[in-house]
Amino acid sequence: MENKTLYAVAATFDDVNKTIDAVHKVNETGFKEYDVHSPYPVHGLPQAMKLKPSKLGYVTLIFGFAGAIFAFLFMYWVNVIDYPLVVGGKPFYQLPAYIPVMFEVTVLSATVFTVIWMLFIMFKFPNNTHPLLETEYMKKVSVDRYGISIKATDELFDLNRVKDLFKQLGAEEIFEIHFKTEELEYKPKIFDKKFVSFLVLTAVIVSGITYFVLNHLLFMSPFNWMHEQFRVDPQTTTTVFKDNFGMRMPVEGTVSRGHLPYPFKGKPVEAEKFLVNPLVPSKKVLDLGKQKYLTFCSPCHGNFGMGDSRLRGQFPNPPTLHSDRIRNMKDGGIYHIITEGQNVMPGYASQISEEERWAIVHYIRVLLRSVNPKESDLR
Amino acid sequence: MRTIDYSIEPPVVENNPTLSSINESIAKPLETKPPRGWYIAISISLSMLLVGALSLGYTFYKGVGVWGVNQPVGWGFDIVNFVFWVGIGHAGTLISAILFLLRQRWRTAISRFAEAMTIFAVMCAGLFPLIHTGRPWLDGYLLPYPNQHGLWVNFTSPLLWDVFAVSTYFTVSLVFWYIGLIPDLASLRDRTTNKFKKIIYSIFSLGWRHSNRHWQHYEMAYLILAGFATPLVLSVHTIVSFDFAVSIMPGWHTTIFPPYFVAGAVFSGFAMVQNVLIIIRKVFKIEHIITLDTLEKMNKVMLATGLMVGYAYAMEFFIAWYSGNPIEQFVFLNRALGPYAWAYWTMVSCNVLFTQLFWFRKIRRSIPVMFVIGVLVNVGMWFERFVIVVTSLSRDYLPSSWGMYIPTIYDIGILIGSFGLFFTLIFLFIRTLPVVSIAEVKAVLPHSQPSHGGHH
Repeated sequence: MENKTLYAVAATFDDVNKTIDAVHKVNETGFKEYDVHSPYPVHGLPQAMKLKPSKLGYVTLIFGFAGAIFAFLFMYWVNVIDYPLVVGGKPFYQLPAYIPVMFEVTVLSATVFTVIWMLFIMFKFPNNTHPLLETEYMKKVSVDRYGISIKATDELFDLNRVKDLFKQLGAEEIFEIHFKTEELEYKPKIFDKKFVSFLVLTAVIVSGITYFVLNHLLFMSPFNWMHEQFRVDPQTTTTVFKDNFGMRMPVEGTVSRGHLPYPFKGKPVEAEKFLVNPLVPSKKVLDLGKQKYLTFCSPCHGNFGMGDSRLRGQFPNPPTLHSDRIRNMKDGGIYHIITEGQNVMPGYASQISEEERWAIVHYIRVLLRSVNPKESDLR
Repeated sequence: MRTIDYSIEPPVVENNPTLSSINESIAKPLETKPPRGWYIAISISLSMLLVGALSLGYTFYKGVGVWGVNQPVGWGFDIVNFVFWVGIGHAGTLISAILFLLRQRWRTAISRFAEAMTIFAVMCAGLFPLIHTGRPWLDGYLLPYPNQHGLWVNFTSPLLWDVFAVSTYFTVSLVFWYIGLIPDLASLRDRTTNKFKKIIYSIFSLGWRHSNRHWQHYEMAYLILAGFATPLVLSVHTIVSFDFAVSIMPGWHTTIFPPYFVAGAVFSGFAMVQNVLIIIRKVFKIEHIITLDTLEKMNKVMLATGLMVGYAYAMEFFIAWYSGNPIEQFVFLNRALGPYAWAYWTMVSCNVLFTQLFWFRKIRRSIPVMFVIGVLVNVGMWFERFVIVVTSLSRDYLPSSWGMYIPTIYDIGILIGSFGLFFTLIFLFIRTLPVVSIAEVKAVLPHSQPSHGGHH
């Protein structure tokens, strides 16, 4: 091992039969770390090199089965467990309809993983720094010559002995193949200016494109997916009407469906006297009342009508509902206050429908009674 | 009378070329300036591609309403073209995989090219279902991925099987093609003196060094891939035919569809490969590699598959009569005699009648005649898909919902564009990659294999 940069000694042959004989001889001599190069697969060469048959098929088998099982389980989980979808009244689990996808996934997984395994795990590709590449020897064996190379690390390796052996076998040319010095001394430079600026540029471009796509492109035509339409949206202007308002006032002298005019405007006494709650305090009505009370009333009156406002003094606190005045007030009176408002409280007629208002009245009764129960409730 | 001894296989490559001359003649188009003919050809194909791009752009801008599709014919040119192009692709896989398994050595000269055609044809085909959805930017929903809507695709629908079949087919074809290219790219890497080319070839040949420790696994991988590609290619057109056969449309709901579609696919694909190869071998002067014998064999395959297609046409009529189903009977009579009879008879004459000329050896070996027949076969096969898709939809169960399908210029523009895309890719391919597999052709040359293989 006088020369540290020596990788191998290689010889080319011009005839395929001679090559096979030479490979037999090299093998018989006892060399282990040798390789044979040919521009195309030569029948009988692997046998001459005494290579074991390729075991690649097992990789295919394993990944093929894995693909099939994965596809089956995945489809079963989707169709039966996670997202059962009735199609024509057929069962969720239907094996025949799973077969096409199972087959395709099997083929895909088996072939792709076979190739990946062979190239990247067995051959350890990509390997563009191999010492044999870029040599005269490689240029010959990639066209029309057959070559044998014996590595310098082989136990039996001796420069002159190997050269003599090749000459004896009728080699056409003999090459000494050295490691390339620049590659031996090569150190990857992570902070290389070019490399860093390439990384920065890539990051800027990718993030810029992503930002543009997600924040702008998706809101441009046609990607805005029907967001922009010719209709007039609430709170927008329009050129259709003279006053440019998109929203219209009801036509004068007409009554909208379900919105009878309130006959007791400014007449709380009459309202209390004549109005009767049309709803029965059923569970459904109380649930509706509770929901509407919590939405519209509770911000000022508090969740239990205690007058404990959540508005932190931004609006004057109302008095508690648990007073004798409210307790003794008839349903119509409470209804009138919700409809018309009272003191600083505005009317809610535009936001809460008549039915909902009556339901709230029932719910207020429930609140009142929960604080001031009758004797029969306690029993 | 001259007799031909069919027991002796003619040599795959003529004139007994040397190994290095194979490299020379295949690498030549990659190393010289393209001839004027190439520039003319690619400008025509790019113009066609532009027509398609403009039609597509307008379609995206306005919506699929600019096409001729409407009730009741909701599947128009888009689906016709999809089935047509998938079919074209099938010949490539048949040549590269099935003929490999059958040890047909004449495939070596044309397999690389046929595989490339497969990939380009599947690219053209894949375009059509994507634009057929109307809003192609939402096509991601075709794939089963966990999304925030909690939705999954319907795994029991033939349309979803199609997504899996076509995407698997494309991926596997691409991998198969690339695996075949690695040794050739390594040869080109060792050959080129251009620095830029060397970098590209080095990246894609991954550092291949023609080692026999690698060749052994490589050949195994090639065999495995061929073994998988064979059932895959049959499954793809079977699943495409399920798109029709699983429905209840009269004229579609038949069990003959899968084999009928596969035979038709091979038929049209061979016609396309034959057509393009005739031009390539002439332009690149590789007549001794892609020989007349090879072309003759392809014509024989076309004759055989053409007969299968003809049998399917006849059998469809027979079953319509034999089933006693008046609606089926009407649909087939309507095909032959109805408003689309012109399309039906174009299909029958192109696919069944003209191919019978291939019974004559003289015609099988006459390049101009076989070229014309090849073109006619592709016209016929395109019309076959048109007849299947349009006649059934336009005349279904309810006479009150009958309607005609008339394609618009945008439909035709997109069809022209798909041909433009296909030929542009082909023209780019023949200038950038070896059109014939260098390693495979070398392996079948005389004296390239040891005469005393298992010696000692």
